[in-house]
Amino acid sequence: MAQPRVVVVGGGLAGLSATMRLAELGVTVDLLSLVPVKRSHSVCAQGGINSVNALTRQQGDSEWKHFDDTVYGGDFLQHQPPVKEMADWGPRIIDLMDRLGVPFNRTPEGFRDQRRFGGTLYKRTAFAGATTGQQLLYALDEQVRRHEVAGRVTKWEFWDFLAPVLDDTGRCRGAICQDLVSMQFRSFPADAVILASGGCGLVYGRSTMSMVCTGSAISRAYQHGAAYGNGEFIQVHPTAIPGADKLRLMSESARGEGGRVWVPRTPQDPRDPRTIPEAERCYFLEERYPKYKNLVPRDIATREIFDICTTEGLSVEKDRPCVYLDLTHLPRQELDRKLHGILEIYEKFQGVDPRDVPMKIFPAVHYSMGGLWVDYQRSATGGMEEGSPRNHQTSIPGLYAVGECDYQYHGANRLGANSLLSCIFSGLFCASGVIAGSQSSKRTAAEESSRLFDAALRREQDRHEALLGRRGSGDNPYQIHQELGALMTRVATVVRRNEQLSAAYDEVCALEDRWRRCAVSDTGNWTNQNVVFTKSLGDMFPLAKIILIGALQRDECRGAHFKPAFAVPGLQATDEAARRREAEEWCDRFASNTARWLKSTVARPGADGHPQIAYEDVDTSLIPPRPRLYGLVGADLIEEVWRERQQASEARVGGTGVGSGRPLAATS
Amino acid sequence: MIAPNHAADSAPAADEGREIRVRILRQDAPGQESYWERHAVPYEPNMNVISVLQRIAAGARSADGRPVAPVTWDCNCLEEVCGSCTMLINGRTRMACSALVDRLLEEQPEEIELRPMSKFPVVRDLVVDRRRLFRGLERVKAWVPVDDSYDHGPGPRISPEEQEDAYPLSTCMSCGCCLEACPQYTKIEPVRREGETGEAFAERRQGAFDRGFVGAHAVSQAMLFNAHPTGKMIADERLEALTSAGGIQMCGNAQNCVAVCPKAIPLTRSIARAGRAATVWAIKRLFDR
Repeated sequence: MAQPRVVVVGGGLAGLSATMRLAELGVTVDLLSLVPVKRSHSVCAQGGINSVNALTRQQGDSEWKHFDDTVYGGDFLQHQPPVKEMADWGPRIIDLMDRLGVPFNRTPEGFRDQRRFGGTLYKRTAFAGATTGQQLLYALDEQVRRHEVAGRVTKWEFWDFLAPVLDDTGRCRGAICQDLVSMQFRSFPADAVILASGGCGLVYGRSTMSMVCTGSAISRAYQHGAAYGNGEFIQVHPTAIPGADKLRLMSESARGEGGRVWVPRTPQDPRDPRTIPEAERCYFLEERYPKYKNLVPRDIATREIFDICTTEGLSVEKDRPCVYLDLTHLPRQELDRKLHGILEIYEKFQGVDPRDVPMKIFPAVHYSMGGLWVDYQRSATGGMEEGSPRNHQTSIPGLYAVGECDYQYHGANRLGANSLLSCIFSGLFCASGVIAGSQSSKRTAAEESSRLFDAALRREQDRHEALLGRRGSGDNPYQIHQELGALMTRVATVVRRNEQLSAAYDEVCALEDRWRRCAVSDTGNWTNQNVVFTKSLGDMFPLAKIILIGALQRDECRGAHFKPAFAVPGLQATDEAARRREAEEWCDRFASNTARWLKSTVARPGADGHPQIAYEDVDTSLIPPRPRLYGLVGADLIEEVWRERQQASEARVGGTGVGSGRPLAATS
Repeated sequence: MIAPNHAADSAPAADEGREIRVRILRQDAPGQESYWERHAVPYEPNMNVISVLQRIAAGARSADGRPVAPVTWDCNCLEEVCGSCTMLINGRTRMACSALVDRLLEEQPEEIELRPMSKFPVVRDLVVDRRRLFRGLERVKAWVPVDDSYDHGPGPRISPEEQEDAYPLSTCMSCGCCLEACPQYTKIEPVRREGETGEAFAERRQGAFDRGFVGAHAVSQAMLFNAHPTGKMIADERLEALTSAGGIQMCGNAQNCVAVCPKAIPLTRSIARAGRAATVWAIKRLFDR
């Protein structure tokens, strides 16, 4: 059989690394992107990329510990073999990016420098100033440009993915896409389609995400039958700069380099923060988390900042919740060398120099741990089997997902600087399996009847024409989007309550109804951004429903998903025996909750327009789930009790861990 | 992309009723006449030009209340790192996201003027076609010529000084401000001829691009990769490109590029280095014959 033809949708880190590897393997790639690939959202990643390295290794670190930190930080909600494989690949990926010319910061001797990030005690994070994502993206963009010049890659920039083309067996045979300049439609027959389209932050209106992060591509795949995993797990980043058009990220690396989070002990203390004495400042993260201090995992830092402003009333400002992120005690030269990019953003957009004045920050929607459900094949050593066509395949055969748009690596909470790794890793790793999968198919997409593509193309054309031809109620799509964003931000971010989630679900349905009746103000067929936005807005509703229903049904707290009604407090008793008893009860409750809820949420589109939710066991066969105890009162005792139980159970069953669930096979 | 439209969190009462007047140079499609259109949006504190454009797109009415097609523009990250939203704001080439309305009104209180970049073909309104800019990166082979993406251990050892020299050059986001400001970089806008195939037109267009000035951004990228231990293995190929038609010799040393670069990249230093390297290379080639 001839070399396959592959369509890659999205030109961020995941899409570019997949394209680079496929092109190298002789595959012809059509790379589609809403923007020139060099402008993809990966440029916004700031802090760095994680991997065990020569230095941390000598301090006792290992690939296994990186893997352990990732699943512990993610509250065990990810299948472990892919995560193990990713951690194992970490050092090789950093080396590769180094060879591609990424200007990583250097030590005086010329080695790559590293800094510490959240959820670990090791300095595992390689970085290039504070624009690491940009630098990694550019290195991959350059390699793909090289392949483009050599004729192995064709870029289709300013193109929108509208739908996968499925044959009568349900296999993906290509894609229907639209040119955003000429508004022309085109079908792309392909032996495999890889979605690398990133996150869906615009479902929340304002977030740290770029304007292309509408989630439309994954929503369209879902609407054609692809399963969606763990949708309710949305990361809210602890530190962002509030803005009217966007919430701009203030990287975790600011804390990694020594930045401290605090509020004045006097509510809304009007003094210049620099004149407030140490004793009158509350460094609440350091006080409550003496081990990790300002570098607790993101979900925890976010909740603390949120609480101190809302519940405890200690926001720096009265009308606008925010806390101080303070770098002013650090040497200016060091700041410029390591954090210049983010300091410049604060300075440009706030007009204040954060080297002199503490920054005012507040949490913002940042990353989607959930995404398209993808399969994997476990290897004999407990990792992922290289070359298996199952790796990263969605529930639609021939349709793959990599990067932020898959659900595979981060569980209930992502650790900082792990996303760049997962994006590059999944892009590179999927390539051999994608080729094997497309070669196993009996006929190539090129041999497929043109009727299949014509019909799919006509369907999209008709939808487009119908949208242009709507005589609407006068409702404005931008207004509807604003309401959707405000609603989702209110009910489905830091704190979640069932009555709110359930009411919000009905409100989303009502907004969707209004969307069906709204009209576009531009009915032309040349660079019509109005109709493209309106279309992508329509595709936000299925995602919003998946998030809400997943959150509503999950009656527990796990990582980024926090429901006060189901929170388990720390130990209260002071008497030793009573405390021990409480710890035993705590562990009983943890065990039963694990049995009930340590499962991925898997959503499929129902015939009635509502997501159908099923739950999938998580493969935790490598590291048995244990309580996530960052900063909890009585953590030591709970840990002790839990360890005793583990040892007892291991003695009983002869050494294997609990819950060796198998992942669901792709349904065909 | 049209970005979402959001009202600010709180608008102080003192600004109630205050309007921002905006004058936009519009063009419906390539080859069509351009025309000015006035818009007005309610003032809010801390607005940038993107949020003004968001309000204008959402309203889709001109200042005199006429329904008009929404204004079209490019943007993505909104934090001045993706390079999308370059335009002429009050006559100056810059990024719309980091152009704060309060500052603009201090400069020019009557109105804000928005025009598309003048050195690239207009696609529609404020959207221009910058593919020539990316072609410049191909011309100078702006990449490290690695064997493959498999594991071959780490890259070369690099001193902190070399890293600190390279990093600023590597932050170039291909926004095109340096090209807009350059007197030597003139607009190239070939039009497809009747009966010409798409491929033939693309080839002819590329030929036209390749005869034009490659631009400061590409010169700087060539110097970035010529300084990299692996990148310099094809240094001669880059110098060949920089000394052929449209190369470094076209630079008139106006130094506008460095003045407008939003990332303060030392472009003139790169140009000076490229000039010296090109001279040395030309002499070397003379003797090698």
